[in-house]
Amino acid sequence: MDLPLLVGIFPQVFLDGLILGFMYALIALGYTMVYGVLEFINFAHSEIFIVGAFVGVEILLGMRAAGWLEALPWPLVLLLILVAGMAGAGLLAVSVERIAYRPLRGAPRLIPLISAIGVSFFLQDLIRLVESIWRNAFNLVYPTMDALNHRFELTETIDVSVKSLVVIAAALAMLWALHALVNRTKIGTAIRAVAEDQAAASLMGIDVNRIISLTFLIGGAMGGAAGVLFGVQYGLINPYSGFIPGLKAFTAAVLGGIGNIPGAMIGGVVLGLLEAFAASYLSLLTGGAFGAEYKDIFAFSVLILILIFRPKGLLGEIVRERA
Amino acid sequence: MIQAALATGLVGLSAWAVATFPRSVVVFLLFQGSLLFVYLARIPRWLRTALLALALLVLMPVLGHFNGYYLEIATQVGIFVALALGLNIVVGLAGLLDLGYVAFFAVGAYSWAIFGSPHANIMFGGGFPLAPGWFYAFLLVGLLLGAGTGVLLGLPVLRLRGDYLAIVTLGFGEVIRVLANNLDKPVNITNGPKGITPISRPPVPFDVPYAEAFYFLVLLIVVVVVLVNRRLEDSHVGRAWEAIREDELAAQAMGVPLVRSKLLAFGCGASFAGIMGVVFSAKQVFINPESFTFLESIGVLAMVILGGMGSIPGAVVGATVVTVLNLQVLKGFSLWLNELKNAGVVVLGYNLADLPTQLEPAKYERMIFGAILVLMMIFRPQGILPVRRRARELGTP
Amino acid sequence: MNRYLVRLALVFAVTVGLAALLPASSLEAQASKGTIKIATQSPLSGGQAALGEGIKLGAQLAIEKFRGGLEKRGFKVELVPFDDQAKPDVGVANAKNIIADKDIMVVVGHLNSGVAIPSSEVYKEVNLAMVSPANTNPVITDRGYPNVFRICGRDDVQGVVGAEFAKGTMKVKSAYVIHDKTAYGQGVAEFFKADAEKKGIKILGFEGTEEKSNFDPIITPIKAKNPDLIYFGGIYEQAGPFFKQAREKGVKSKFLGPDGLDSSDLVRIAGKAVVGMYYTSVAGPVSVYPQAKQFAEEYKKKFGKNPEPFAAQAYDSAAIAIKALEAVTKTGKAPTRDAVTAAIRDVRHTGITGTVEFDAKGDPKKALYFVLQVAGENPEKWSDNKEVKRLSIAAPPVKK
Repeated sequence: MDLPLLVGIFPQVFLDGLILGFMYALIALGYTMVYGVLEFINFAHSEIFIVGAFVGVEILLGMRAAGWLEALPWPLVLLLILVAGMAGAGLLAVSVERIAYRPLRGAPRLIPLISAIGVSFFLQDLIRLVESIWRNAFNLVYPTMDALNHRFELTETIDVSVKSLVVIAAALAMLWALHALVNRTKIGTAIRAVAEDQAAASLMGIDVNRIISLTFLIGGAMGGAAGVLFGVQYGLINPYSGFIPGLKAFTAAVLGGIGNIPGAMIGGVVLGLLEAFAASYLSLLTGGAFGAEYKDIFAFSVLILILIFRPKGLLGEIVRERA
Repeated sequence: MIQAALATGLVGLSAWAVATFPRSVVVFLLFQGSLLFVYLARIPRWLRTALLALALLVLMPVLGHFNGYYLEIATQVGIFVALALGLNIVVGLAGLLDLGYVAFFAVGAYSWAIFGSPHANIMFGGGFPLAPGWFYAFLLVGLLLGAGTGVLLGLPVLRLRGDYLAIVTLGFGEVIRVLANNLDKPVNITNGPKGITPISRPPVPFDVPYAEAFYFLVLLIVVVVVLVNRRLEDSHVGRAWEAIREDELAAQAMGVPLVRSKLLAFGCGASFAGIMGVVFSAKQVFINPESFTFLESIGVLAMVILGGMGSIPGAVVGATVVTVLNLQVLKGFSLWLNELKNAGVVVLGYNLADLPTQLEPAKYERMIFGAILVLMMIFRPQGILPVRRRARELGTP
Repeated sequence: MNRYLVRLALVFAVTVGLAALLPASSLEAQASKGTIKIATQSPLSGGQAALGEGIKLGAQLAIEKFRGGLEKRGFKVELVPFDDQAKPDVGVANAKNIIADKDIMVVVGHLNSGVAIPSSEVYKEVNLAMVSPANTNPVITDRGYPNVFRICGRDDVQGVVGAEFAKGTMKVKSAYVIHDKTAYGQGVAEFFKADAEKKGIKILGFEGTEEKSNFDPIITPIKAKNPDLIYFGGIYEQAGPFFKQAREKGVKSKFLGPDGLDSSDLVRIAGKAVVGMYYTSVAGPVSVYPQAKQFAEEYKKKFGKNPEPFAAQAYDSAAIAIKALEAVTKTGKAPTRDAVTAAIRDVRHTGITGTVEFDAKGDPKKALYFVLQVAGENPEKWSDNKEVKRLSIAAPPVKK
């Protein structure tokens, strides 16, 4: 075993895992917020997430065609596509709730899950239909912005790119904003009230339907932002690429304690780190017997272990079991 | 009386229609619908049993002779019915959300695939494949393996509730699939993504063609599974499951043994999947991990919920509807559109032959399937054939 | 209970109504003796839809182009596309549906060997010919079925071609092998690894991954080990982001891959990261097969996009099918499946992926392999990629 090699790449792997983890954390927020309020798994969130990425890439491609991409400073471009992606995904989430979930409120909790699966299938192929008519393409490539690809070489083996830093900064900023919104504002109080007890909240004069729509808007917008960052960081999206990150993010949300916003963040980061370390180290440590292909097994096994010892997730859930 | 005549007439008529127009999807749907009608109509019990037996034992194989495709559909429906019934015990009766159910199916399938093909020689030197007759023994092995894996999974996760359980089962399902995909090294157990082939088929008495033989085998297993399910539902175990589903704390207070009941639910549910896995691998001759993805688990779950959670006829109908929709109706529809397109039919002044390839109907079957799922849930949230008690609870408006 | 019956009656009324409308077309199809159908089976939905659709469109183009001869003899030639969703059970159900339609004479497909193997068992029941554009799994033809053909090379051959080139021309000393955990990618990668080791190239690592977007954790150890060459066994959709991220992270190794990378989308995705890299392919450069350029142009004109990796092979598969159909309908009689299957074995066809002749197993007798180099960053100029080396290798005999 090559000890200097193992130690040498450690910081880089840690950094990679952190970036991936923040990405998961942002997506996980959408699951966790909806779960906190409605106690149901919004299976279609992975498609809402990828719609954000598509909105972003469409705007970028449009800007490149118009020649603005080079003309405008990159932070402005980035901000613009982030806002657009958030708006697109947020609105989509609200309409999905209005059409497919609201009529099912009060039904047993697995019923909306199936509806959500239906929405997920529908959206995947709808995105594909729209893109195939509009661009006649299946995979869309995020145009590269050179400033974002610039890398800082910290040491010979460790470096970090601007876009990675952007992902971390954006994720932290949004998590902080969300946390503040939920805990320090009136709207946040209303959201927490609805999560606690819908009937009582409505007696207190809270418009439950509006708050639920708002929850979907916020969760969707976070997903949209994650979508744009995903596209910028990894470069290639297609209508089905939201599925796997969505599944992982959902896992992260549960790992952290579902319904718990800081929990989603911790869960995301833990899952991201687990995956990165497994993918980088398994092959090195076992002499090639087990390789990167086992990273999901490793991640899920650790997840199962954690849940056995902490059955309510790392930070515990905030929602009470409803009688 | 009228209903009895109607039911008999319908079965006869639709069977005749299928024989006359063997390529028409709609006519075959009519035949399937007539079976549902027989089940629901108010007719004497003996007549219902007789008609169903006639249709499934005699008419279906005969019709399959006219169009083998229908027999394949019927066989796959049978496989999924057994899976749905198994999951129904876990999700519908005991209320434990399982998102990795297909893992048990995979375990059963790989057990026969490995020993029923030359593949096992890699591990054990020689002497494989086992004689085809062993297949029948492996039905039992599959059942035990399935049950064993179910209990094994159940053991560590019993403390978990609700969606934590769901995510652990999801993880377990993925672990099994990824293992199947990766265990070609260091020891080649599953042959990885390349899959295992050729898997022996069982010896069949009286030289019945394989398609028919598998149909009867699946039908037999389904009948047994349905009977077992009905006995279980009314037994004290079944009542314990329902009590756990409704209120775990209250059930525990009433003296329901939580651990044993939950393990039993996992074990029973998984055993049906295990046995069907063995049949599936023999039927397909080839298996690889692509058949055991997360989406398959979701598909079976959709069948259970669509049919009506906790209801045996519901699970049967749900599995039938989803499979037929997916394999037949949507396919038939896009083939029909394709024919119209090839024939250059003009609709509203627009020649279908000019349809751009982006709008190729075959590409959007899944989209329509998704839309149908949503609509069904909105208009019939209790499922197609809900348990009567639950239907009352929800109150159909 | 009664409400059920009312609803059921309604459902029946609607179905009967539909039944009255629908069979018109199915009946007509059954009655017409003059229709010949060619079916395609490939995933048209789901994550692999782009490749699957390429197969369908390639076949469609060939059918529309070459059906004139059959039409003159009074036959109507149609394409029937099936979506197998990349799932074996759906593929088998489709296969049963296909053999039930007596007009279908040939199947062009599949994309996934996992679907092709059980489906071809069904085709074999009625001796319906399957010409595969993409299934490289050796098992497909090693079963020795009379009705199974493929025009693409086998995993075992292409990996060897890659290793030969890496040693002989690129003169690399060490290599790192990545694959996509599919039967195709892993198969090619394993054969590459085995042959490269035999030739004395040091394999620093061999890893598979199902990951589609984030390759950072895989790249980090590669960068630390700094191999001369990275071989990627897989499809451009995964290889593109991988190569791009590897270069961005400062990996300096050379790249090499199989024909799954043969798509203009590779440069669209990875840009300058892949310029100058090599890939092996059976689909030759324009200088060798002039029709290839024409094919790419017609494809682009008709469907508005560049051909996907297996589209050219599907085009040739369908062309071979039509050639066989022409041979058996010389007398003006309607073709039979047996006759078509037998005729395909005798076809000698020069298409855009070379001259194809089948051996007794259904493999192409001698496949010509090219090593090509990515010429530039512009996806529109993909067909300018230059041939670097040419190898002609026959399919190996069955290993028993």
